[in-house]
Amino acid sequence: MSKEQIRQVLKEHGKFSADIDTIADDADLYEAGMTSHASVNVMLALEDTFDLEFPDRMLKRSVFESINAINAAIEELTS
Amino acid sequence: MKTETASSTASTLLTSARSVARDFAAPHADAVDQESRFPIEAVNALKQAKLLSAYVPAELGGAGASLSELVDICDVLARQCASTAMVYAMHQIQVITIVEHALDHPWYRQYLKDLVEHQYLIASVTSEVGVGGEMRRSQCAVDINGSRFSLMKDATTISYGAQADDLLVTARRHPDAANSDQSLILVRKADYTLEQKGQWNTMGMRGTCSPPFLMTASGDVAQIMEVPFGAMSAQTVVPVSHLLWGGCWTGCASAAVNKARAFVRGQARAHPGTVPPTALRLAELVSMLQSLRTSVQACLTEYEQLSAEDNAANGVLSSIAYSLKMNNLKVDATQALPQIVIKALSICGILAYKNDTKFSMSRHLRDALSSMLMVGNDRILATNANLLLVLKDD
Repeated sequence: MSKEQIRQVLKEHGKFSADIDTIADDADLYEAGMTSHASVNVMLALEDTFDLEFPDRMLKRSVFESINAINAAIEELTS
Repeated sequence: MKTETASSTASTLLTSARSVARDFAAPHADAVDQESRFPIEAVNALKQAKLLSAYVPAELGGAGASLSELVDICDVLARQCASTAMVYAMHQIQVITIVEHALDHPWYRQYLKDLVEHQYLIASVTSEVGVGGEMRRSQCAVDINGSRFSLMKDATTISYGAQADDLLVTARRHPDAANSDQSLILVRKADYTLEQKGQWNTMGMRGTCSPPFLMTASGDVAQIMEVPFGAMSAQTVVPVSHLLWGGCWTGCASAAVNKARAFVRGQARAHPGTVPPTALRLAELVSMLQSLRTSVQACLTEYEQLSAEDNAANGVLSSIAYSLKMNNLKVDATQALPQIVIKALSICGILAYKNDTKFSMSRHLRDALSSMLMVGNDRILATNANLLLVLKDD
């Protein structure tokens, strides 16, 4: 369920040229075209969607590099 | 024992750099500026002293210098000729990127050995028509055919493009890649052509000779670095650039401040027993220089510590908080630099305003003004504004 919500956020805010549904859960989102600028919008939208705040220690490239990585971060914050 | 060896290498490098600065950069600095020509005497002397390969590890024949040592060398060079220092800084950014990200790659390992022997000068090709100076996007793409690639890039600027031996180029990984999906590729002198598309007639940093060029290159696929450029950019290219430029800025500022100090000392000698009014302004000026130096030094110490510890698991260098900090260094330092030079100018007065006195500030001021534009501070502040939307200082 949450991975689908993550995909939805990425679709609306990630500014990908490719169809987000064709991107695998473990694919590198930066390679797929997510810029640092777009990644901030993704972070903001994820915070809003999941009603949480990413602490600064999580605000780094590796935490947002794939759908799986984002999902793991959200699980860590909501468990 | 090890520390002793390291520090004696450091002092040898710095001593060589001082000789180059005094004997080859200083005598030609005004001509380089006036004629907007490459500081060929100083760069040849840097090659002669094997300073272009200073950062290459000792196992490959280099001096195994630290980033701190290179920052000191930039400072020493910039005191005499800021263009020479900037060329040296830009070259070292390329060498450091290769050493940090491609040292285990056979093609690059051999290249570094060759660099030590032949002292190749590497220029950077990141800017591009259509994306401007935004380093993290490319339009051009590597076109691979078997074991060879071809690449064409319409660069808005290539510093010392015409004088460089080799080029380190950003490009999209393949023709279908997103514009942020970039590779870094080293292309060799024999494998590229440059068509100059404009002039480099600027206020300052005139010796860097940075006009636009259309580059056409080819090479072996082994020359395409494996690590994505995005990762290298955050961990190495951006922080190392700001720190090496920091050495250039402190050197440029010191040159101006030292002229003001000499001017005030001269006034004091003419009237022993009284403190000249300019001495108060000098006291303020030296404090401004100290702040600039301290902020560069603090970021340098932290970066050297983090990059020694850093690994993919903790990734502090690729964090938003760290980007913000390094961006602040760039913006603050480059806002301070022209203010320092202007204050030095006001202390020396008309003698600094004249172009033919030993207190002339013209070149320092024009060189200093480049720092806030290359890379543009507004672009950096816009990035920070975006990052602050999620950063919490928690």
